[in-house]
Amino acid sequence: MEQLDALLLARLQFAFTVAVHIIFPAISIGLASFLTVLEWRHLLTGDRIYKDMFLFWSKIFAVSFGMGVVSGVVMAYEFGTNWSEFSRVAGNITGPLLTYEVLTAFFLEAGFLGVMIFGWERVGPKGHFFATAMVALGTLISTFWILSSNSFMQTPQGYAMVDGRIVPADWLKVIFNPSFPYRLAHMTIAAFIVAGFIVAACAAYHLLKGRRDKPVKRSFSMALWLLLILAPVQILIGDAHGLNTLKHQPVKIAAIEGLWETEKGGTSLNAFGWPDMEAEETRYALKIPHMGSVILTHSWDGEIHGMKEFPKEDRPPSYIVFWSFRIMAGLGMLMLLVAALGLLLRKGGKLYETRWYQKFVFYMGPSGIIALVAGWVTTEVGRQPWTVYGILRTVDSVSPISSQQAGVSLLIFVVVYFLVFGTGVYYMLKLMKKGPVELTPDEFSRPNPGLHNRPLDVLKKE
Amino acid sequence: MQLDLAVIWATIIALGVFIYVTLDGFDLGIGLLFPFVESKEERQVMLNTVAPVWDGNETFLVLGGAGLFGAFPIVYSTLLPACYLPLILMVVGLIFRGAAFEIRAKAHRTQALWDLAFVCGSALASFCQGITLGALLQGIKIADGKFVGGAFDWLSPFSVFCGIGVLVTYAALGCGWLIMKTDGELQKKMRMVMNPMVGVLLLIIGIISLWTVLGLPAVAHRWFGSGNLVYFLPVPILVVVCVWGVFKTVREGHESMPFYLTLALCFLGFSGLVISIWPNIIPPSLTIWDASSSRESQLFALVGTLIILPIILVYHFMQYRVFKGKVREGDAGYHH
Repeated sequence: MEQLDALLLARLQFAFTVAVHIIFPAISIGLASFLTVLEWRHLLTGDRIYKDMFLFWSKIFAVSFGMGVVSGVVMAYEFGTNWSEFSRVAGNITGPLLTYEVLTAFFLEAGFLGVMIFGWERVGPKGHFFATAMVALGTLISTFWILSSNSFMQTPQGYAMVDGRIVPADWLKVIFNPSFPYRLAHMTIAAFIVAGFIVAACAAYHLLKGRRDKPVKRSFSMALWLLLILAPVQILIGDAHGLNTLKHQPVKIAAIEGLWETEKGGTSLNAFGWPDMEAEETRYALKIPHMGSVILTHSWDGEIHGMKEFPKEDRPPSYIVFWSFRIMAGLGMLMLLVAALGLLLRKGGKLYETRWYQKFVFYMGPSGIIALVAGWVTTEVGRQPWTVYGILRTVDSVSPISSQQAGVSLLIFVVVYFLVFGTGVYYMLKLMKKGPVELTPDEFSRPNPGLHNRPLDVLKKE
Repeated sequence: MQLDLAVIWATIIALGVFIYVTLDGFDLGIGLLFPFVESKEERQVMLNTVAPVWDGNETFLVLGGAGLFGAFPIVYSTLLPACYLPLILMVVGLIFRGAAFEIRAKAHRTQALWDLAFVCGSALASFCQGITLGALLQGIKIADGKFVGGAFDWLSPFSVFCGIGVLVTYAALGCGWLIMKTDGELQKKMRMVMNPMVGVLLLIIGIISLWTVLGLPAVAHRWFGSGNLVYFLPVPILVVVCVWGVFKTVREGHESMPFYLTLALCFLGFSGLVISIWPNIIPPSLTIWDASSSRESQLFALVGTLIILPIILVYHFMQYRVFKGKVREGDAGYHH
């Protein structure tokens, strides 16, 4: 009984810490690439507005990056403190992948971040651009490795079992496991969308306040162009990812869709409902005939295995993934709407003057983050009851710790996270409320305009 | 002949931990020295000396963790549960001070609170690292590759003393760093603190050495019973020479020698510890070979490490070059 409680607490702790953590890297990944584009445009065109925008968004990036680093350290150590059996059994695979992430990504980011944020005076414009590009590249490489590791846990291949431990047999197969390309693309684009909505919502806020200066308008415009391309692409990738999951983790799909029976001649879609794990049925289901087959198999009467075909102890909790998936997919559709409306308004020349649309974009600001977390909940809870799919169960992964230890540390983390990351988010919002500043030519011609546009100066003027 | 990958990996990780201890040591040390400096401007200068480099420094801690995870997963799955509470608290300390770096300059009404978070976070992280070191040295109960001890095995007078030892070590490193990176009043103040601090450090090194030799027969055997004493003897002798060097160079007003000599002192202390536990990775019984991951895992991670680590060291070095020289009030940093 004690071990079971420790397990539950350890799972809660991991879910909580990883859900908070992922938000910051996602913002950093998206903003780093955005900043690289801004600086590249500035170098190419000499247009000062790009640098104004860079100086503003780099401050928000710096806070987000710092939060990501410190919350990430927690994750790395949790594998050992709370999930030592997982580390023992799967460490041969996940350990080296994590080592590669640190070596190729973290150091690249950390090595050039100082120059990017504090080095305007110390290196030339091209050197500075190089530093920014390296930081952005670092965030993308980091995404590559961590998703390879996560995808291995979802769809393991290229391994052998020796003395009850997973050992690598073919590293290329391990890294490029079946779900990896889909998950990598889905997550990278999700990070860009997260940042895109933050930039767009911040600009929308200032447009609503009546500002019409170039940094605000250009932020709004660039973010909406990005979303116009990425929102539909993300839906297509998500669809392909779904087909891939159906092939490799069919019970996850059945749980996401709340399907219990294998229906002949076409599966209907449960648009809404409440999956009941005990009764093995989805209550209050709103069924749309054939839509399940159309979405998941791209055919009118494709067959999908229901959860009843899998042993009870192998089914993930459907009531969670059913809803988390619908939150993600629903927000995806809303995002597409934002992007399409933006294009229409732009064509009509009313993009900067349509208040209801700006309000819409403003309220959609956190949508990227919510969809991201909901998507991760879907794929991670959908992997249950396994940590490494089909090989190692979650119940066998936990450390030999007591429930007191797991409970106390959970409590500490919850308090500390709300205190620290709450404050971090507060300051990010405060910076965004102030918005980008257009520098006068005089300020701009100083050797280091960045110095006169530091966070404190901005806040002092309040 | 097959390469002994475990030895290579143990060397790499020892190197990584050493780099971490010295680099993050001096920036954690700055947090520990905050209480000795009251002026707001001087505190800001102290922070600005490490602003561009601190998270690069901290990345070596993650490298240590990831390297252990990749090459010696058994260490990960035994040492970490054994030192559960200190490690959690260490991470909490690092969170507070990392956040304080970013937030302090942006906060007005709550700046004093963030200063406190910076000091306490730095102290907590340093102290817990020392506790973990102490717990490791005194040994951890392992059976069948699993931790079988109790939740508070790590707590002992020895481990607490190691915690204090690490606090003093980091404060001395931070002090040396500030002597090098600052001038004027602040530098003068640091010069005054430096000598007593290094004196205390020498005392602590002495006590820990005696304590391990007298209290842990295996350590006594390593040093005195294995016939290698001649090779090990330079370590304690050089420690004394280094301390004497710090005293002398601080008195003579050297800018950077006190820092480099303190680095050397750390290297010697660290070598002493490695000598004491080798070839165990977790005393009393887990050797580096017992703890190894599969040969394929170690080889795969090693190829990348040997190619990439030198490159990392080069661009870290370049970053220090970019930000070389004295830091003064009003230079680029968090608060301006």
